[in-house]
Amino acid sequence: MNELDLKAVGVTAINQKLYKVPRDSNERHWVIRNPMGQHAIACGLDGPLAVDIMGHVGFYCGGMNKEAEITVHGHAGVGVAENMMSGVVWVKGNASESAGATANGGLLVIEGDASSRCGISMKGVDIVVGGSVGHMSAFMAQRGNLVVCGNAGEALGDSIYEARLYVKGRADNLGADCIEKEMRQEHLEDLAKLLERAKMKHRPQDFRRYGSARKLYNFNVDHADAY
Amino acid sequence: MCGIVGLYLKNPALQPQLGAMFKPMIIEMTNRGPDSAGVAIYRNPVKANEIKFSLAHDDPAYNWKHVDAGLEEALSCDARVEQIGNHCILVTTAKEDEVTAWLRKNAPGVRVVGSGHTIEIFKETGLPENVYRKFDLASASGTHIIGHTRMATESAVTTAGSHPFATGADLCLVHNGSLSNHNRLRENLRREGMEFQTENDTEVAAAYMTWKLRNGATLKEALQDGLKDLDGFFTFLVGTADGFAVVRDPIACKHAVMAETDDWVAMATEYRAIAHLPGADDAKIWEPEPTTIYTWGGNA
Repeated sequence: MNELDLKAVGVTAINQKLYKVPRDSNERHWVIRNPMGQHAIACGLDGPLAVDIMGHVGFYCGGMNKEAEITVHGHAGVGVAENMMSGVVWVKGNASESAGATANGGLLVIEGDASSRCGISMKGVDIVVGGSVGHMSAFMAQRGNLVVCGNAGEALGDSIYEARLYVKGRADNLGADCIEKEMRQEHLEDLAKLLERAKMKHRPQDFRRYGSARKLYNFNVDHADAY
Repeated sequence: MCGIVGLYLKNPALQPQLGAMFKPMIIEMTNRGPDSAGVAIYRNPVKANEIKFSLAHDDPAYNWKHVDAGLEEALSCDARVEQIGNHCILVTTAKEDEVTAWLRKNAPGVRVVGSGHTIEIFKETGLPENVYRKFDLASASGTHIIGHTRMATESAVTTAGSHPFATGADLCLVHNGSLSNHNRLRENLRREGMEFQTENDTEVAAAYMTWKLRNGATLKEALQDGLKDLDGFFTFLVGTADGFAVVRDPIACKHAVMAETDDWVAMATEYRAIAHLPGADDAKIWEPEPTTIYTWGGNA
């Protein structure tokens, strides 16, 4: 295990250090102390490292992550794991808005609540939130899974293309073109796997599934007057 | 951009350190707002029959002695002044409207930036660090404090356009965001008798709150009505006599984060401002929800 003190060396030095770890190195486990809420910590990693950040982080932590397993032992600011490609970003506390925005792959786990726009424009990531998500979550979501063990805020899945949304609590207000869908055996199996990966103890049968009605895919001439 | 920060002490033993605890918070928000900065600090409550004014003048050499001597003679009251930078704290037994009328007539160039029993407002153009030093705030004690670092978007970089804006006795407002209907709203409020010093959008929000409160609304009601009548992006932090309130517009795209420990409650645009506080690592941290009014101190 290697320790880095962010207060002493700053974000750039820490990220540079992590970029330079050779792929075949045995020094895989890195602990970052005193993150001080700084932005872009452990951003752009592209190797199989395990990074533990011991405190609260600012914006864009773990952005563009590839292969690394990043754990935030605290709160994550705006845009955690945005555009993640693969690997894992795990937040022990709550997360601010736009968690997992545009992420292509990998797993984002938020043990607490996520705020608004969680999974906005998600493109293949799996997101599991232990608490609730705020308004406009999964806005224009294209692919991947969003699992919410609490409630979903207003306009869930507005203008959603694809992506599967599973909510255990209330989802009273669905966005345009987002509808509740049948939970079939394949979905129960997928959801069970996601919950297990996120170490969340919930029964898949207690969730409801939401997704795209696919009515916005094509121009509807009956709506021409609206433009 | 713009940065807003607030600190409310739950543990009275920390009060002598309020200014020192707040200094790194507001300085951390410098790159969100390097144009000007301001704070409202709640300290040194005056007697029940007294009122405390925060006054400002563009000339740092302005003779404030002229103000207290003139007031005492004209209004047969007690008055004392303490100059701090180009601001001045005036404490007097005279009535508020009589003081403001006298100032307008006899002290041209003097602006009233705040009034009440405990509030003191200081604001100025320049880097937050310089502004903080100019008003000798690092050694200040008090119960709570809110601050603003401004990156001007809607109006000019002037002292008068800096935040906080007073909204009534011991009340003030700082704002991150921009309002889109402030011109129309300013005209409406002028017809209701409100006066404006700037073309600033936040001054309109402050005047709106003042008008609502004057007409008998509680702070909570004024903020709730504001959610309907103010169009645009905003996270507001409102300082009150015994605490502060936070409210965000329905879209909530202007950042805000809250943190609480047994010793304090803090609010900031970004968590890194709060990270400097003792015990921040173990604080409960969350993002305030849109259109939800959060209050500490129970004044709302």
